[in-house]
Amino acid sequence: MSASSAFIDEKGGSASEPEYGHDPASGGIFSSDYKRHDDLKEMLDSNKDSLKLEAMKRIVAMIARGKNASDLFPAVVKNVACKNIEVKKLVYVYLVRYAEEQQDLALLSISTFQRGLKDPNQLIRASALRVLSSIRVTIIVPIMMLAIKEAASDMSPYVRKTAAHAIPKLHSLDPDQKDQLIEVIEKLLADKTTLVAGSVVMAFEEVCPDRIDLIHKNYRKLCNLLIDVEEWGQVVIINMLTRYARTQFLNPNINESLLEENSEKAFYASDDEEEEDKKDEVAPLAKRKPYVMDPDHRLLLRNTKPLLQSRNAAVVMAVAQLYFHLAPKAEVGIIAKALVRLMRSHSEVQYVVLQNVATMSIKRRGMFEPYLKSFYIRSTDPTQIKILKLEVLTNLANETNISTILREFQTYIKSMDKDFVAASIQAIGRCATNIGEVRDTCLNGLVQLLSNRDELVVAESVVVIKKLLQMQPEQHSDIIKHMAKLIDNIQVPMARASILWLIGEYCEHVPKIAPDVLRNMAKTFTNEEDIVKLQIINLAAKLYLTNSKQTKLLTQYVLNLAKYDQNYDIRDRARFIRQLIVPTDKSGALSKYAKKLFLALKPAPVLESTFKDRDHFQLGSLSHLLNAKAGGYQELPDWPESAPDPSVRNVEIPDWSKCTSRKDRKEKKAEKPFYSDSDGESGPTESADSESDSGSGSESASASDESGSGSESGEETESEEEEEDEEEEKKKKRKKHLDKTKAKKPVEESTESEQSSGSEERKRGRKAVKNQKSASESESESESSESGDESEDESEEESESDTDIRKKKTPVSKQPPKQSKKESKKETQEMSLLDLDDFEPAPASAPVTPVNFMSSSLVSDLEGLSLTDTILAPTTITPSGSIKMYELLHRITGEGLAVEYCFSRQPFSPDPNMVAVQIQFTNNTNSETKNLHIEEPRLQCGMRIREFAEIDVLSAGESVTVVMGIDFCDSTQAANFQLCTHTRKFFASIQPPVGELMTPVFLTENDFKKEQGKLMGMNEISEKLTLGEKCVNEHVIVERVTATANLSRVPCGSDKECSTPPPPPAPVYRFAGKTVSSGCLVLVTVSTKEGGRAQLTVNCEKMLIGTMLVKDIMQALSQ
Amino acid sequence: MIHSLFLINTAGDLFLEKHWKSVISRSVCDYFFEAREKAVEPDNVPPVIPTPHHYLITIYREKIFFVSVIQTEVPPLFVIEFLHRVAETFQDYFGECSETTIKDNVVIVYELLEEMLDNGFPLATESNILKELIRPPTILRSMVNTITGSSNVGETLPTGQLSSIPWRRAGVKYTNNEAYFDVVEEIDAILDKSGTTVFAEIQGVIDACVKLSGMPDLTLSFMNPRLLDDVSFHPCVRYKRWESERVISFIPPDGNFQLMSYHISAQNLVAIPIYVKQNISFFETGSSGRLDITVGPKQTMGKTVECLVVTIHMPKVVLSANLNATQGTYNYDPVTKILLWDIGKLNPQKLPNLKGSLSLQSGAPKPEENPSLNIDLKIQQLAISGLKVNRLDMYGEKYKPFKGVKYVTKAGKFQVRT
Repeated sequence: MSASSAFIDEKGGSASEPEYGHDPASGGIFSSDYKRHDDLKEMLDSNKDSLKLEAMKRIVAMIARGKNASDLFPAVVKNVACKNIEVKKLVYVYLVRYAEEQQDLALLSISTFQRGLKDPNQLIRASALRVLSSIRVTIIVPIMMLAIKEAASDMSPYVRKTAAHAIPKLHSLDPDQKDQLIEVIEKLLADKTTLVAGSVVMAFEEVCPDRIDLIHKNYRKLCNLLIDVEEWGQVVIINMLTRYARTQFLNPNINESLLEENSEKAFYASDDEEEEDKKDEVAPLAKRKPYVMDPDHRLLLRNTKPLLQSRNAAVVMAVAQLYFHLAPKAEVGIIAKALVRLMRSHSEVQYVVLQNVATMSIKRRGMFEPYLKSFYIRSTDPTQIKILKLEVLTNLANETNISTILREFQTYIKSMDKDFVAASIQAIGRCATNIGEVRDTCLNGLVQLLSNRDELVVAESVVVIKKLLQMQPEQHSDIIKHMAKLIDNIQVPMARASILWLIGEYCEHVPKIAPDVLRNMAKTFTNEEDIVKLQIINLAAKLYLTNSKQTKLLTQYVLNLAKYDQNYDIRDRARFIRQLIVPTDKSGALSKYAKKLFLALKPAPVLESTFKDRDHFQLGSLSHLLNAKAGGYQELPDWPESAPDPSVRNVEIPDWSKCTSRKDRKEKKAEKPFYSDSDGESGPTESADSESDSGSGSESASASDESGSGSESGEETESEEEEEDEEEEKKKKRKKHLDKTKAKKPVEESTESEQSSGSEERKRGRKAVKNQKSASESESESESSESGDESEDESEEESESDTDIRKKKTPVSKQPPKQSKKESKKETQEMSLLDLDDFEPAPASAPVTPVNFMSSSLVSDLEGLSLTDTILAPTTITPSGSIKMYELLHRITGEGLAVEYCFSRQPFSPDPNMVAVQIQFTNNTNSETKNLHIEEPRLQCGMRIREFAEIDVLSAGESVTVVMGIDFCDSTQAANFQLCTHTRKFFASIQPPVGELMTPVFLTENDFKKEQGKLMGMNEISEKLTLGEKCVNEHVIVERVTATANLSRVPCGSDKECSTPPPPPAPVYRFAGKTVSSGCLVLVTVSTKEGGRAQLTVNCEKMLIGTMLVKDIMQALSQ
Repeated sequence: MIHSLFLINTAGDLFLEKHWKSVISRSVCDYFFEAREKAVEPDNVPPVIPTPHHYLITIYREKIFFVSVIQTEVPPLFVIEFLHRVAETFQDYFGECSETTIKDNVVIVYELLEEMLDNGFPLATESNILKELIRPPTILRSMVNTITGSSNVGETLPTGQLSSIPWRRAGVKYTNNEAYFDVVEEIDAILDKSGTTVFAEIQGVIDACVKLSGMPDLTLSFMNPRLLDDVSFHPCVRYKRWESERVISFIPPDGNFQLMSYHISAQNLVAIPIYVKQNISFFETGSSGRLDITVGPKQTMGKTVECLVVTIHMPKVVLSANLNATQGTYNYDPVTKILLWDIGKLNPQKLPNLKGSLSLQSGAPKPEENPSLNIDLKIQQLAISGLKVNRLDMYGEKYKPFKGVKYVTKAGKFQVRT
């Protein structure tokens, strides 16, 4: 084929004149090259594309072989505007290669690219930018800058990605552009497409890795996008986030590191304690600060975990290092399996992974212990892999597994690979020093090796034995004697030196042999290696001190030899020792101490892994591998003492879609000192979420809310009474407010949503607006109210973090937490700032909503209520009498574990299509229950479960509350699943009452009627009933209905009805809601008639739901 | 990140260079040659070589060294993994990744490298996208090309890169819609002298060849998914469904790809299909030795063991072997010191045996260690772990695809110590 022929041409050329490629400067080449290039030039100048293509192919083949083709530049650059895509591509290849050398000529091509940048085809725009930014010509920097800026706001994500790629190119070309480039990076970081994310983070890492502040706002988004980013981008993002997390969160192992000295036991103990910390932040823990993981920290860990399953080893390694550096000790273990899996990969991958495993296994030995056998060595492994495996095996050795490991080592010693054998012997030595029990066995084994035929093996053994003997020399004079005999046969200097040192050090144990050895060595002194000579001097000195009678002359002799040695070190040492040991008149005070100096007890050497403390380099990095800082390496920062303000990561939900329009708002928020501790992490949006329920249910968020805290159950009855008294007044207020809200609504929509209204309210508000505007949704509006539905991806994470808090908080929820008090204050102030209105307690941004008595905060009196009580209900509500608890697991069948659940009627924030089910576990046993989690959900088609996070430990007598979400698909089919503890599994089933499948919706009376009009005929179910005896007033009826179904009351609207204090004779009560899963409207009308009769009408598209709901409400009302 | 790439063959010839940033002189490879010399075996060349101004990260594959030049900190695995991806892409394009094919297709290689990296950062590595950008050569096309003078570069611009499913191109059409899955399991094991298992595990992969039109959404389920201990997936697999339901749900890439790999490490689950009785001994005097090996079936689940090969790396002092094989052929290469015994099918009635004497270099001390045996084998129609595909369902398309599953068990790193 043509390409190959091109190549062969080249080859042919170089065969005849072989010096071409290597020396382009010599004259001969130029002449002949010139000739050959002439025909290429001709081809390039022709009008035939095929000839051009052929020429370009040959040129590219030249480039590939590293030959100089620069003299063709003028001929090639002409073709940059060629129509033929194939030719064009190859011209690009050429340009990128040679533009730097021929800057002036390269400028000819620029206009083509500039035209390309405006092309309607995104791929052409992208490729133009790519080449433009790749030709390294300084003069076009301004053009590049402009092009990048423009491309950064291109419609096509692919072009934006190319822009991100171009940033580091420009930066390396002209570092002065940094500031402008950072602006572009900031802009691209806000991009929410996965295509761009990886590339822009790469640009960030190359241009401004220290500008961690740019990440804050994008942190959660990056975490959430991560799984969909292409694999290379994942690696870069994960590495960057590791560094980010190190600066922003607290050390999850902080409590353990305090206890580290107590090793094993402390490990478990603190583990438990940590759990407790999580469960109960208030519990006074002696001495230590309770640690609560930042939800954002948790988010990162959670979202990276699935990537351990990636096929790309680099991604797996990135996640592994993230877990190693960031996860609580107890969770790090999960990475072991994945890393072991990588060991099956190519040997280069194996090499890098083993390096990292070696470092990890020192810090966290337990992690890899189960995989010990995966590190066994095969004779076919390359030596470098063998040695690393050996390192890991040695690190993993402990009392329990040492015997198997030693057995393995024994086979290794017989290997043909001598380097590996030497390493094995050292490994045995290390095991022996670390594990006292096997020291003697190892020593015996090593002594046997002394009779090995291979000198290297013997030498290595000697060195290791020497180190081991130092630990307990008394018992081993036999070995020393044995080694003394060996000295004649061993030639390896290190080994000889070791033996001499041993004899010198322990000459008292071998008093007869030592002088003899010295005599022998004195004979050969001049021929020894330096290191051996030094040891001979050393031995002589020691013997002189202990046994001067026999060795005095020998010592003198050796010292004299040394005096004239060529090596100054040896001469020096000889002089020094002579002065020290041989008493003369002049000898100083020191010689008295000579014996002490030489024969001091020396500490046994500690045989340490070379991988110790390597973890101060970020694992998986080049620097870690080389154990030296590589250029451009970003230090892994130490954990901060106290966490920086977590609220910096808060992003208003509308921000996802429209970040620029909201800038001012953002700033305003940033200034505010938000909640100072853990609660704050959830940020304003999230807390608004949780708040919304208390607010939404309440009669009118307008005036009353501050008093009715969602968690308070006792108050309800009181306030009910109060409420009746206040009825009239309230109505006035309500009306007043209603007018106001109506007028204000559109504004509110955009301004207040982030602050005060949660998704719930927003949805309701949106409905309202929608209706008002007769369903013409302007875009911006939908964006601002979207949070609940479309932009799940983004909001999901926040809300999940919310769930986390929820869990932690539960036990505390009885007493209103302090910070929420503060918060509510804040909230109110904030709101009163926002709507400059006259009514005093006035937080009231929400449109007037009917009371939802059950769901949470109760409406109580309007005025003068303290600002201190929370509006912000904690998201798990304390089960009160009014919310019906269902039994999931009786404590007898559950063997002491009692499980109850209720429908909390909170919106389930991770997924708005799910019903929140609050589950309370109570452990009635005397022992703790562990690992409570859900398994094997057996669901009807379409149903989904979002499980709660596993409860690690539930101690005896404790109870804990969690929230899970179930999407029942608007059916009353039960969700079946298994509830698992660490020992048992229980079958459990949750069947929702029909009333729980819906969520309140705010409608005005008019809207209600309009919607009802659409749901006539088959969709309307009507029944007559007689009200029960107790259903005498409005309040009771409303309560009964809302207790049965999660609906909100439609305010009896605009006109006459409410204006007159006494309710009209035949009041009509309307309730509205929508089904959670599919969002179908559910409209309920109860019109009372005289004599306790009433008519109940339900309008709902889903007839089944309607029918069931009618039945339930009838039953409730007729009691 | 990746600055330059040099391809070097085992003889030390540098036959291709590509620079993504400024040109780096090829003299930087001298550091590599130095390390290469020191390492003796190509396997032992350190993957990362620091030089005064650069770092060289190297992989060795198909007798080619891929030497990349790095200037700043980058995760080494990132580069290694990328280089392997490059090699795989070559393999995918040219059928094999060898010096000759690379030289023959140098323009395509260059174009591929250009597309795969931009400024040293990976750009397009999915083979489906690359194939749209640069068409792979086929015999037919190269003939047409030589006649018409056109080349392999696509006329139309690809769209796949921009879709939400980056691994699949749009508008795939086949007349025969078929999906084949190969469950390939490899047994990694170390047996000791007495035949007891020191270590054994199963490494499995599911290779898929999916040729389906449109945008099929496939679901593959297993009879016994709990067997799988540790899995890794092609990016197309929906991880969440695996987590919750243990089914593999995915929109497949077009053509051949590796769907997943898995790992079964519980030792009791690993059946060892054969046993080896061996006796290798070297005599102290007379510079000779004896060798006697018998192979027999152990847990084969009623299937035949095929393609049985025993490889022995002999000690350096073994000069020649004079052996007699009851079945198959043996060959001793005195240069590489490798004894290869190709048995073929294992006959349980008449066990194959290799017996005879070895002659050693005279005067040399007898080897201390007996060489270990590496076994290769193949069992068709069996996944040794017992993994079974339950069913394959397709959603999203109307036609009925032809489906097939094949099981093979092979020996992976199967070693018998002696």
